[in-house]
Amino acid sequence: MKLSRREALWFGLGGMAAATLSNPAFAATVEELTAAFTAGAAPAMDGITLTAPEIAENGNTVPIAVEAPGAVAIMLLAAGNPEPSVATFTFGAAAGSQMAATRIRLAKTQDVVALAKMADGSIKQASATVKVTIGGCGG
Amino acid sequence: MISRREFLQASVAASAIVGISGFGNWSKLSAQQALTQDQLLQFDDFGNVTLIHITDIHANLKPIWFREPEWNIGVGSAKGQPPHVVGKAFIDMFNLTPASPEAYALTYEDFEALGKTYGRMGGMDRVATVVKSIRAARPDAILLDGGDTWHGSMTSYLTKGQDVVNVMNALGVEAMTSHWEWTFGTERVKEIVETQLKFPFLGANIFDLEWDEPAFEPYTFFERGGVKIAVIGQAFPYMPIANPKWMFPEYSFGIREDRMQEVVDQARAEGAELVVCLSHNGFDVDKKMAGRVKGIDVILTGHTHDAIPEPVLVGETILIASGSHGKFVSRVDLDVRDGRMMGFKHKLIPIFSDVITPDAEMSSLIEAERAPYKADLETVVAKSESLLYRRGNFQGTWDDVICNAVMSERDAEIAMSPGVRWGASIMPGQDITREDIHSVCSMTYGQVYRTEMTGETIHTILEDVADNLFNPDPYYQQGGDMVRIGGMGFAIDVNKPIGERITNMTHLKTGDAIDPAKSYVVAGWGSVNEGTEGPQIWDVIESHLRKIGTVNLEPNTSVAVTGI
Repeated sequence: MKLSRREALWFGLGGMAAATLSNPAFAATVEELTAAFTAGAAPAMDGITLTAPEIAENGNTVPIAVEAPGAVAIMLLAAGNPEPSVATFTFGAAAGSQMAATRIRLAKTQDVVALAKMADGSIKQASATVKVTIGGCGG
Repeated sequence: MISRREFLQASVAASAIVGISGFGNWSKLSAQQALTQDQLLQFDDFGNVTLIHITDIHANLKPIWFREPEWNIGVGSAKGQPPHVVGKAFIDMFNLTPASPEAYALTYEDFEALGKTYGRMGGMDRVATVVKSIRAARPDAILLDGGDTWHGSMTSYLTKGQDVVNVMNALGVEAMTSHWEWTFGTERVKEIVETQLKFPFLGANIFDLEWDEPAFEPYTFFERGGVKIAVIGQAFPYMPIANPKWMFPEYSFGIREDRMQEVVDQARAEGAELVVCLSHNGFDVDKKMAGRVKGIDVILTGHTHDAIPEPVLVGETILIASGSHGKFVSRVDLDVRDGRMMGFKHKLIPIFSDVITPDAEMSSLIEAERAPYKADLETVVAKSESLLYRRGNFQGTWDDVICNAVMSERDAEIAMSPGVRWGASIMPGQDITREDIHSVCSMTYGQVYRTEMTGETIHTILEDVADNLFNPDPYYQQGGDMVRIGGMGFAIDVNKPIGERITNMTHLKTGDAIDPAKSYVVAGWGSVNEGTEGPQIWDVIESHLRKIGTVNLEPNTSVAVTGI
């Protein structure tokens, strides 16, 4: 079992994020961000690879990588964060590959969503559930 | 297993595999038949490659009692599938004879009565005899250790794993992977790996945290029986979550399925004709991985302490589950031709300590390792009139003793005790020694904390642990069993999602419902947080046992399980 400090941190995250980032009431929702990025195009589920751990070793810094060959832009969303928008990567014509890796903070167990916009305006989507757990009882 | 209980699958590669699950393929063994070492070891050599698998020894160098689980609930597609079968259902599924030696070794029913007949199991000197015998028949046999080896006893704690390392070197282990090894800290692990081990310490999924680069040897090659064999190591994926990451802050783990595929492909490209994964994933995780990663012939599974008498097939991959605590050794003979596995033959060899002659060299090595601590180890602390065990999804009787000790010694209303799967059993009438106490609680972070938690926090913790056990997707399971609770009852519906499984939390002393807003004094041990303060759990248990003198437990009905 665990508890105390990690526990306190875990429960404190939501409040802290709200205080320091932006007011969740004003944060764009996943639906709004998706609609703005896709311009209404229905996403295909192939041609994009999202790599994320099944269970986060540290919810404050979760390694995420996404690759979508041929993409002009990739948007990364953390659906369960107070501010779901993580980043949008844009790729110029000279880009050697359309791949991005970063570390993100996840407030709780949630889906991480990646949307790629292709040159022709079509959209590809991948998502992965990342579990943020208290942990501590493995044997 | 015993005698004629061998499982032969002569044609994996054929599309029509007869009796793919293999259940019921064994002939009946007469219960009257006397057990002999020759029977236990009998095996008609097959093919050209032999693997010997041991795993999850948890530093048990001497024979022990170990009661297999009464509760091992499978959820989702694992429901009713091995290893999620216990007791009579297990006996029926594998066509065992009730009350036979193998029923005693593999199931929990009548454990006390059968134990009197069949005795303790395990002991690394007995394992040494078995290994030597297999090597006499097959000098090329490869001995592989699935990890959770250096931790789990008083002597391993006091020597920081040295006693077990010496034994494993002498046994002639040829590769291992890891889990609890890491709880001795990075520095000690590196010291052992770099200066002590006579074999590779494999972990394809151990990465440097800062640079996200492989940090340990992923696989090693063996040339045996004219076959090039790759053995890939897969360490416990949830190391920094289930155990204190501050003890090995340099490393990241994870299942890393893509990485596994990459190293399998790499090993094949380098000429491997047989690919073996020596895994500490846990059985259900390995089963899922076997269906998704292509090109693994054999997965030697570990972590979840399952002993399954027949291989489980997933496509053309066979999964071998060799139990824990030194109770079993698996022998797997393989026919590898033209660069592929054509067939296999397997036997889960039960280590009946009264039947298998101890290897004299190993016995004396073990005694020498124990000698400096002998008086401490053998100190009698109390006696038990009850059967004490831990293994099972929910509270065992040893857990009741531990929770009672924690509550009374730390003056707490509620106790929490980690649901680890290790720890030897105690038979009714047996003395409890200091060594026995360590067997169920030895660890490098055994401080017993005392704190206040709200009812809501307690609920969150229970939900979190339950989801690690009963999430229908094995990749989200960490292994281990449900956290053990003293002073509080609850109901659990294993089929519900996280947040909805745990209900009816009740304060046992008052009979009141646990109030989410109210604070309760909670004590527990095995916290993964750095800087946890309190007395060591073994001292807390010893102090409690000395006060009560004799353990005599009432049946514990504080956990109600539904959704099975």
